[in-house]
Amino acid sequence: MSRPSILQKIASSAAVATPAPVARQVRGLSDRAIAWLFVTPTILLLLAINIFPLIWTIQLSFTNYKANRAARGEKFIGLRNYERVLGDADIWISLQTTAHFLIWTMLLQVLLGFGLAWLLNKQFKGHSFWTTLILLPMMLSPAVVGNFWRFLYQPQIGLFNYIIAFFTGADPSSFQMLGDVNLAPWSIVIVDTWMWTPYIMLICLAGLRSIPDYIYEAAEVDRASKWRQFWSITVPMVLPFLMLAVLFRAIENFKMFDLVVELTNGGPGSVTELASINLKREAFEKWRTGYSSAFAIILFVTVFGVANIYVKALNAVKQR
Amino acid sequence: MSENTTLSLRRYFRRNFWEWIATVIILFGVVMLMQPFLLVLYTYSFVVILTGTVLFIIVSHFPE
Repeated sequence: MSRPSILQKIASSAAVATPAPVARQVRGLSDRAIAWLFVTPTILLLLAINIFPLIWTIQLSFTNYKANRAARGEKFIGLRNYERVLGDADIWISLQTTAHFLIWTMLLQVLLGFGLAWLLNKQFKGHSFWTTLILLPMMLSPAVVGNFWRFLYQPQIGLFNYIIAFFTGADPSSFQMLGDVNLAPWSIVIVDTWMWTPYIMLICLAGLRSIPDYIYEAAEVDRASKWRQFWSITVPMVLPFLMLAVLFRAIENFKMFDLVVELTNGGPGSVTELASINLKREAFEKWRTGYSSAFAIILFVTVFGVANIYVKALNAVKQR
Repeated sequence: MSENTTLSLRRYFRRNFWEWIATVIILFGVVMLMQPFLLVLYTYSFVVILTGTVLFIIVSHFPE
């Protein structure tokens, strides 16, 4: 059976299934009205769950509202919350911790993800099995990952400590990845890299597989070296994919919460207290709702600004 | 408005040039927000990021 006839069959069966009163009503509507009819529920849902909370948060950021004392009401205090947040050394330090986490996770994930994709793109025996195996961490819940890495990092019984001890000769219980102020920031970087490198790898692999073979064949004819082919063909053609993956991961890591809460809960002290953990503490432990709303708006504007740049860069790369 | 004035305005309000300026302002603001050296830079970072972002939104409507 040809393709149009299948579509006609589906359309006619849908027309038969439509109740007569509904069909009569729809027949009287223009295409534009029908389009609006379909789009309106989505727009309303977006307004309710995205736009309304955003506007409310902006409004709360100019007040001294405390959610645990809602009966007390709220008083307009202008930009005082913003002044306090932007003069708070604790929040400044939490943003530095976030920067450390963001820079190292992105760097390691891009290098490892691209490297793995490069290897898996070589059609060796069993590459499908290895692809599936490497993708497994990405499919796990961050709560589960956080929990079992806590066991892996355990100084007495943790596998991680034993592996490090095997290579360095140190005593496995002589260091604590999660309890040491110098090692804890690296422990969250390791776990996030382990979990999300497959994501970067998957997108890079899609980019690598989209490069037609004839481009490499033409380069071979022109006697281009493998090194030259890599920098002149592979990298430029994978770059849009890679940039998109980095954008998604960078925004996600800027907001990182669940994995780090499960692993260290911001500790020891506050050396792994990322901006989102600090924000949660201000909002739901100290109940400074207005103050935390101002902090949330600052984070939102930062992500929004960076996302704008990224979209521009992505378009520029695609047009090249 | 004469054609010459329109042309000179078009030359001045080019999207690409202004987008680069907005991009530099945003990136500078982000660095100010997360740098570990001076609290005063952190204090003024939000104003810089906000200015860059608003500028970016405005200039993205300029002609190519």
